[in-house]
Amino acid sequence: MSGELAIRLRGAIKRYGPITAVAGLDLDVPVGTCVGLLGPNGAGKSTTMRLLTAQAIADEGEIEVLGHRLPQDSKVARAECGVVPQLDNLDVTLTVEQNLLVFAHLYRIPRHERREAIERALEIANLGHRRDTKVDKLSGGMRRRLLIARALVHRPRLILLDEPTVGLDPQVRQELWALIDALRAEGTTILMSTHYIEEAQRLADTVLIMSHGLGVAAGPPAELVLEHAGRQVLEVFGTPARLAEVQEEAAAEGLRTRRTGTSISILGVDGDGRGFEGERRPANLEDVFVLLTGEEIE
Amino acid sequence: MATRAESQRIGRLERSALTGVLVREVVNFTSYWRSTTFSSTVEPTIYLLAFGFGFGSLVSTVAGYPYVEFVGTGTVATAVLFSSAFPAMFGTFIKYKFQRTYDAILAAPVDTEELVTAETLWVATRAGVYGCVPMIVAMFFGLNPSWGMFAVPFIGFLAGLGWACFGIMIAGFASSIENFNYIISAVLTPLFLVAGTFFPLSALPEWAQVLGAFNPLHQCVQLVRDFVFMNVDWDDLLRAGYLLLFALIMWRIAIYAMERKLID
Repeated sequence: MSGELAIRLRGAIKRYGPITAVAGLDLDVPVGTCVGLLGPNGAGKSTTMRLLTAQAIADEGEIEVLGHRLPQDSKVARAECGVVPQLDNLDVTLTVEQNLLVFAHLYRIPRHERREAIERALEIANLGHRRDTKVDKLSGGMRRRLLIARALVHRPRLILLDEPTVGLDPQVRQELWALIDALRAEGTTILMSTHYIEEAQRLADTVLIMSHGLGVAAGPPAELVLEHAGRQVLEVFGTPARLAEVQEEAAAEGLRTRRTGTSISILGVDGDGRGFEGERRPANLEDVFVLLTGEEIE
Repeated sequence: MATRAESQRIGRLERSALTGVLVREVVNFTSYWRSTTFSSTVEPTIYLLAFGFGFGSLVSTVAGYPYVEFVGTGTVATAVLFSSAFPAMFGTFIKYKFQRTYDAILAAPVDTEELVTAETLWVATRAGVYGCVPMIVAMFFGLNPSWGMFAVPFIGFLAGLGWACFGIMIAGFASSIENFNYIISAVLTPLFLVAGTFFPLSALPEWAQVLGAFNPLHQCVQLVRDFVFMNVDWDDLLRAGYLLLFALIMWRIAIYAMERKLID
């Protein structure tokens, strides 16, 4: 195993015809940490996840998962990984317990440990009281919890979470964050892709911001914010015409700005406001995200 | 790619991977076995009643057998086809595209080759069991029991292997479920009719008889009749070998098609 890395990517490239989804990505996930892949849709996060289970084969570059070279040793690596997919693929006509039983077999848990593994997974997901319920009778949040429990049934050393809370209510999202945080506290290594900034900020020890198939910045969320957006941000409100003016004036002052919908955020105004009037707020990861991945929606 | 070929050489076709996929199928089967068993029983019964008694009133014997017995043994192959090629085609496509089951399975330590093989074994086993239903129904209409009948589930399994792989292959190449219509109309229906199920191939022009000999369904029909009527000879070994060859070729193509589909 190379150092203490659970995942190591060097120059990984994956092309789909004329499109390069992953364009020479380097990624390190140290053992025992939670790394967040943050990026807009189409940045290559899901393709990166598929490369790690050899469901996509890289055209170039090196990929190691838990010390195993991919794709040739991917089956050994997959046995030690738990994967939570972005799209629900539970067996809906089966019960909660049957879903876990199937995965206990797929992940080769020995017969005498199966019962205990299923009970433990039910407990983690807090679904013990719903063990006999068919999946199509579960709420969205319960289905997600089961999806996570299913990925944990064999006590994986590494968990791959692909957009774990996409499309869920805020309440359900909080609940899942608590679950993921508990895993993190136990020392499980996690790689999580997300386009929810708050999710990355709360759960990830380090974040890799991706854009167009490449990592554009990496580090702990707080450091990234400090480095790219400073401590404080001044949000100036006004008419669209006024906002355009403010943007030009700030640029003339050598300050960086970003559009914040109804306002312009002037970054790195840590001391005085340099003559601009507006509301001060702490800089956040979203500022960094928009700054680095571009303002335009493709 | 060289790396992809290497990856297949490590731990190919592991038993635990096959078991995992089979367990999933068996557990799922507990939730839908009633409807499947119903249709697998009712369909051949209807064929038997319609053809056996409809035609049977016009022709009393065909190829030396009472017509009901001729059709009763022939529709074993029909039942095998219907319970292998069709579930394989639709089931594979649905699990791939709509339920995304294969995404979950391939994220576990299971390779495409193992996935296809396990699905094939499962479908063929079911085909072997359901294939016996028309024969059992025919026994109520006068087909005499024989020791050779015990071979019928195995014949159904052997033929089911090939048809299951055929179905998976079609699902692997199809881009939408509507594409199946071409295969059903242009391939399966003719093969089903020119198999010697309802009338002997000898009634057809010679070129059709030659083509019929290459129809795995026809070989299945012949094997079943030879065993049920206790007329087994060396030709039947060739027939079984032909079904095995058909299964082996379809198996490799099915794996190729599914790898293309499932691995980017």
